[in-house]
Parts: sequence; structure tokens; C-alpha cells
Amino acid sequence: MYIYEHPILGKINKSPKVTIYINGRPHEGYLGEPVASALWAAGVRAYKLTKRFHEPRGPFCFIGRCTDCEVEIDGIPRVKACVTPVKEGMSIRVPDL
Amino acid sequence: MSYTCEERDLVVIGAGPAGLCAALEAVSHKCDPLVLDENHRGGGQLLKQVHKFFGSHHHGAGKRGFQIGEELVEKCEEKQVEIRLNSLAAAFFQDGSILVRDPKKIYLLKSKATIIATGAVEKPLAFPGWTLPGVMGAGGAQTLMNVHRVLPGRRIAMVGSGNVGLIVAYQLVQAGASIACIIEVDDKVKGYQVHRDKLRKLGIKILLRHRVVRAEGDDCVRAVLVEDMQTGRVFRYKVDGICLAVGMSPLVELPLMRGCELEYNLRLGGWVVRHDENMRTSCPNVYVAGDVSGVEEASIAMEEGRLAGISACVDLGLIAKGKAQNKRKEILERLRELRAISGKEVGEDQRSSEERNLTV
Repeated sequence: MYIYEHPILGKINKSPKVTIYINGRPHEGYLGEPVASALWAAGVRAYKLTKRFHEPRGPFCFIGRCTDCEVEIDGIPRVKACVTPVKEGMSIRVPDL
Repeated sequence: MSYTCEERDLVVIGAGPAGLCAALEAVSHKCDPLVLDENHRGGGQLLKQVHKFFGSHHHGAGKRGFQIGEELVEKCEEKQVEIRLNSLAAAFFQDGSILVRDPKKIYLLKSKATIIATGAVEKPLAFPGWTLPGVMGAGGAQTLMNVHRVLPGRRIAMVGSGNVGLIVAYQLVQAGASIACIIEVDDKVKGYQVHRDKLRKLGIKILLRHRVVRAEGDDCVRAVLVEDMQTGRVFRYKVDGICLAVGMSPLVELPLMRGCELEYNLRLGGWVVRHDENMRTSCPNVYVAGDVSGVEEASIAMEEGRLAGISACVDLGLIAKGKAQNKRKEILERLRELRAISGKEVGEDQRSSEERNLTV
């Protein structure tokens, strides 16, 4: 959920809206925002499953350090979603839970 | 394979409050610094701070953090300081060269002097369920809501009652979330009275002598179990987010690679880069500033940046020692004031010999 109104920061002032595809389904995102925030706004919580135990992981640090937010973007696996900017038509794959 | 190599007088790694102040100080002494930052914007973690700062006018008192960050970037633009964004300092070799990666290329930088201002990363806290999506660093939540304008959760439990915990809890409410509780293992609130009072007005509970037992949920957090450590009673709060505000660790990878000595100081975040009063490390022509030299506040990081900038310019032969000494005295005086406010004076004299002996 985007915060459209904020008592201190005012109205949301984001770049143009674009369409991204999450597991093939179209969603709205803002051009240049991190993929991680677009996914969170779209309601995605589990960004990846761990290899051995298949446990869900989601963003933790939001500054490109923890690697818990890795997703598949345009066919490239394990891309850190919090430091990758959204582009028009981007295709993102997350666990289908 | 060979990389192109560029030579510079001064390279500053990190465009946060410490790095930008270091660059501005250097440029005022006719130095031409190059600032590197891996993010797409300069200003560092100031950009997510929507609360007003205190201190004196030197530290932008009364202004909000993001305004201070934006102003520092503007000043750098005015002074034509080169800030290379999306540029990750991937390695700092012992011969003094820096390996940089940007979206298009990888290259080497050779600098006569280097100021490391890489900041810190949030510490996690391990409890059953802490890896569930929805458990995140309080600073991470702050970035998500204040920079990217996405609500981290509707009902959130905050772990830790230090300034970060208190400020972020308040900001979550401002952004439209509600706080289930603030959990603190200690028997007193750790942060400033002024932040605590704001939360009290909102009727938010701070649970002292409580700990997290576990987080529950399948694909993400649904609840948190909290134990009253005195009675042993366990309470369950329905939440969709748990924020951890349990301290920060300095990002010491680059100075460590370069060969800078570290020292252990629990109060300053654990392993920090050993440095003197003027921010010189154990390696010649390598300086630190900000959280990498010990986790404190942004206003302190800014003053440390200025000190590091002066030291680098002295060593590059750009300022006379006498002039530098006067400027330093003023800055050190302001640092003492700031540390007195934050209530944790951590000057050279106060570090115990035990802590100082723990160097690598």
C-alpha cells in the first residue's frame, strides 16, 4: 500500500507510473523506485524461498546488504530487489504461495 | 585483464552526512575530491529522517533530516564536487587503489588520500521466526515508508526503545500504521525523553523488562509472542510487522581490506576502525568519518567528516598546520557538546584500556 498523503512529506511525489509483471500478472509501479518497494506495495511478502528448507524471506535492510530480498527479474535470478530500479514492462518472479 | 586507472588527490567513499561534509571541507581548501556512492542519490540515511534535528545551527538544528541531506548535496553541486552515484567501491587494496563498479564498467582509482565514510548496517536479533517476511530493520522500514512511500505494515511491534526504535515507531504512526507495543529488555527506556513523550501522548505502550519469545506466521508475520521477564507471563500480539531497532554494526569491510586496525567498542557498535582524534586510521593517508568509526548520530558524523577533510588536506599539503589546528579546535568543541547531549561521551580518554587492547 502506497502512502499517498503524509503529514510531513505531503502528497506522494513519485515518478510516472509504469506496468510491471509479478508472476505474469500486471501491477502498477513507479518508474525508478526499487523493485522491493513496488512488490511490497503490491502485497508480496515472500520474495524468495531458501534453497534447503524452502523458508520464505522478505526484505530486511533495504540498503542492499542482507540479500533477503533477492528475486528473479527478466529471467536473471537472485537480483537484489531493494537496489534495482523499476522499469516499464519488467517481469518479476516471486514464490507463488 | 587490466582495468583503466584514474588518479585523484582525494577519494571519499560514501555520500552520507560524513562523506559529504568531508568533501565540502576539502573543497574549501582547494582540494578536488571525488565522492563515490553505491546509491542513486546522495545524502545517505539522512534522506529517510523526517524528524527535526537538535544541536546548534552547525548541525542544522530545527531542520528535518532529509532537508539537511538535500542541502548538503546542493552545496556539493554548487562547489562542483564530483559525486559519482551508482558507483560501488567494491575493494580497497593494500597498495591504496580502489576498485569501483558502476552499471557500465569496472575500473580502478588511485588516490593520494582516502576518506572512508561507509556508515553502518542494522543488527538483526535472532528469535524463532525472525526470518519471516515482515520482520525487518527499523531503518529498513523507515526507508520503505519515508523514501519509497510504502507502508511496512498496518500493525507493528517495535523491538528496542533506543532513539531509532522510538523515532521509527512514531513515524510509523505518522505514515498511517499502528504500534502494538514497543519491547525493551532493559528496565528503562533507552532513548531521549522528548521522543518517549511523543509516544506517550499517542498512548503507545513501552513494555520494559520484556523480550520477544517468537514470531508466528506461515508466509509472513502474523503475531509476536512477548514475555514479561519478571512474571514469566507471555502475551500474544497480532501484528503484520516486527521492526528491530537493536543497534547498528559499522561497515568496516573496506578499511579491513586496506589493512586498517580495528578496535572493539560495544557502545559504538562493536568492531570499529581505530582512529585518532583527527580521524586518521592506522594506515597512512586513510581516514574514517561517521558510523564506520563508531555508531553515533548524524550531526556527529558531519563534524567527523569535517575533521577527516581537514586531516586529508593537511597531509596533502593543502593547509598549514596552524590554520588546521584552529579549525580543529572549534570542531572538537562542538563534538564535545553533541556527545554531552547524546549522553554518551566517548572521547579518547573514556575508552577503557580493555577495549583498546582488543585490536586486530
